[in-house]
Amino acid sequence: MDWGFIFERTFSAMIGPEVMVYALAAVGLNVHFGYTGLMNFGQVGFMAAGAYGVGVSVFWLGWNFWVGVLFSFVYSAVLALLLGIPTLRLRADYLSLVTIAASESIRLLARSRVMQPITGGVEGVNQFAGPFYDLSPFELGKFYSFGPFKYLGRDVWVLLVGWTLLILVTLMVRALMKSPWGRTLRAIREDEDAARALGKNAYFYKMQSLMLGGMIGGLAGLLQVVQKASVQADTFNPVITFTIWTMLIVGGVGRIWSPIVGASIYWTLIVFVENTLRQLPDGTRASLERTIELSDFNIAMLRFILVGAGLLLLARFRPQGIFGSREEMALDRR
Amino acid sequence: MPKWGRRAVIAAFGALLGLGAGAPAMAQVSDDLGVIGQLQYTDATGTKVPAVGVDLSIDDVGGATTDSDGSFRIPVPGPGEYTIRLDVATLPEGVALNDPERATLQAKVSQNGDQRVIFPLVFGEGGNQTTESNFSIRRISQLTLEGVKLGLYLAMAAIGLSLIFGTTGLVNFAHAELITWGTLMAYYFNIYGLVATFGFLSVLPPPFGGGVNFIFATLLATIMGGVLGYVLNRVVFRTARSAGVSLLAQMVMTIGLSIFLRYVFVYFFGSRYRVYADYASQRANEFWGVELTSRDAAAMVVSIIILVAVGLGLTRTRTGRAMRAVSDNRDLAESSGIDVERVISQVWIYGGALAALSGTFFGFDTVKWDLGTRILLLVFAAITLGGLGTAFGALVGALIVGVAINWSTLFIDTELKNMTALIVLILALLLRPQGILGKKQRIG
Repeated sequence: MDWGFIFERTFSAMIGPEVMVYALAAVGLNVHFGYTGLMNFGQVGFMAAGAYGVGVSVFWLGWNFWVGVLFSFVYSAVLALLLGIPTLRLRADYLSLVTIAASESIRLLARSRVMQPITGGVEGVNQFAGPFYDLSPFELGKFYSFGPFKYLGRDVWVLLVGWTLLILVTLMVRALMKSPWGRTLRAIREDEDAARALGKNAYFYKMQSLMLGGMIGGLAGLLQVVQKASVQADTFNPVITFTIWTMLIVGGVGRIWSPIVGASIYWTLIVFVENTLRQLPDGTRASLERTIELSDFNIAMLRFILVGAGLLLLARFRPQGIFGSREEMALDRR
Repeated sequence: MPKWGRRAVIAAFGALLGLGAGAPAMAQVSDDLGVIGQLQYTDATGTKVPAVGVDLSIDDVGGATTDSDGSFRIPVPGPGEYTIRLDVATLPEGVALNDPERATLQAKVSQNGDQRVIFPLVFGEGGNQTTESNFSIRRISQLTLEGVKLGLYLAMAAIGLSLIFGTTGLVNFAHAELITWGTLMAYYFNIYGLVATFGFLSVLPPPFGGGVNFIFATLLATIMGGVLGYVLNRVVFRTARSAGVSLLAQMVMTIGLSIFLRYVFVYFFGSRYRVYADYASQRANEFWGVELTSRDAAAMVVSIIILVAVGLGLTRTRTGRAMRAVSDNRDLAESSGIDVERVISQVWIYGGALAALSGTFFGFDTVKWDLGTRILLLVFAAITLGGLGTAFGALVGALIVGVAINWSTLFIDTELKNMTALIVLILALLLRPQGILGKKQRIG
């Protein structure tokens, strides 16, 4: 059992690309749910919109990568508009139904044969992120070590840009939530009727929040496909949405830094458990095999079993998350 | 050993079921399966010519284009029954299907290897019929029939979901897993039988000794659906309600539960597609111009009987009336002496059993671990269209969604037909958010 390897993987995961992408998506979800009380169960749909914003622009329209980046925001904002118009005047659960349905439909549409000339179908889009990596000051194929962290040069570049964006977006959200606009959102979250009685147009505020959070989710999707250097419809599986929910609730809903903290804790835990199970000494493994099957496939599935169980137990016993306070926002306040 | 099955039962119920031993070994399944074929036609001079560049596809699986020999191969994830569709528009000029109605074929892929399908092609005559036949009465009535079939199955799944919402205000995202549970249980009992659960039965002859007949397995699966419904309510949601967990938190709990159950299923069942031992593939019978296998006809009749029974139960029996009363106005029902928790428990039991039954029917083509999740969108559309919380609304909504989805294939690719449900859902919310049978009230 190679503990050095396990810890190297675990430390690298702590601030790795997955944490960065999921934390950014969770920041968007925090704007939706934490500050406005919108039940968005389709955050992965916004990520897909952002990803295909660049994928479609480069693959189908043959535009420049950087123009595609702009379209990532356009796509996710338009998606928010389309989903918001029929649902935001209704009770909270209708938004959840429509967003979960839409996010799955986007995935099916993107991978369909009809859309293949536009989205690349099941194979997706590859080799579009060249212009981004051309700017890299690091050697793309070389390993860089910083203390306990070790990444490929291309990942160092993605992480540098990604974390800068993540912190900038988080600071922007903090500034916005301290502004009168943000206070109105929280007023709507606490009591929509009271906010309406004070003359606030709750519908428009909710729509703006949905669009803002959706665009942040789109940025997360964009960073994800740039890091993977491929746009694949099936990576935008609905279960990603609920991974993000789990992260957000772990960190504490409605708190500024909770998406980052939650994503990091969650992902570190997953990577540690998975790598430890894969590296079990033969004796232990054999004795475990007698009760539970531990193929690589099953170990990979374990991640999702943990997501499900975690979400269930957190929502039931600690809706304010590990670090959240019930004063600001808890899942069970309304 | 039926590892997934026995362990799934153990994991879910523990002491509830006895531990058994001894069951047939799982057959070795080849990983590399596909549907193959070669398209060719005889041209005017009498030579055989391969049809090049013809698109063929299987819903949710993939597609292929014929190469220079006219050959194609579509890899499939596992044994099962697949519908292969030939895109008539991509046929070479002047070439048509011998029978224009047969642009889709059913193929049952066994675990032994590739399955060959044959699309007979003709050159010359019949070339123009294909575009007309797209909207023929025959095709539309066939699609309508398929739509009603889908609607009936959906209705059984949707009624429970709608009543759970009505009685508790909870949108149960884990309902999809109750559907999958039904399929998996039917498969388990059909293949391994009671003996895998109750080992002492092994001395008895079949049906008790080995896998049981599918009809009996369906019955057992339905019972297991009710059991799971009861357990989920009793262990998870009833305790949450009494602890005062808010509805939104409970909704997130159902999501967590859904993911948990789904991946527990795949952990034990594997991601392969499988088929029931009985009635897996049947030749369609033709009557009144439409085709239907006797298996599907029987399933439809059973669905209709069950749905009528549910309707009568809801209107004529004390339990059913209590369910509707709680669904209508919980406080009023409670103050008039109805034991609300008891009614909720009954709703979960019947809802779970109905969902499991619909799951066994949905599993006719292929048994898979994410079957419920794939149709959850349709169930949501059905209950929203019909009116959240109304049992009869769910029935009406399900039938409309089923037919609308099948009709939509007249205009769009079959691969995308389930997206019609999303459009129905959004239109319903825009035009009549309370649903067809829902009462007009402020829901914003």
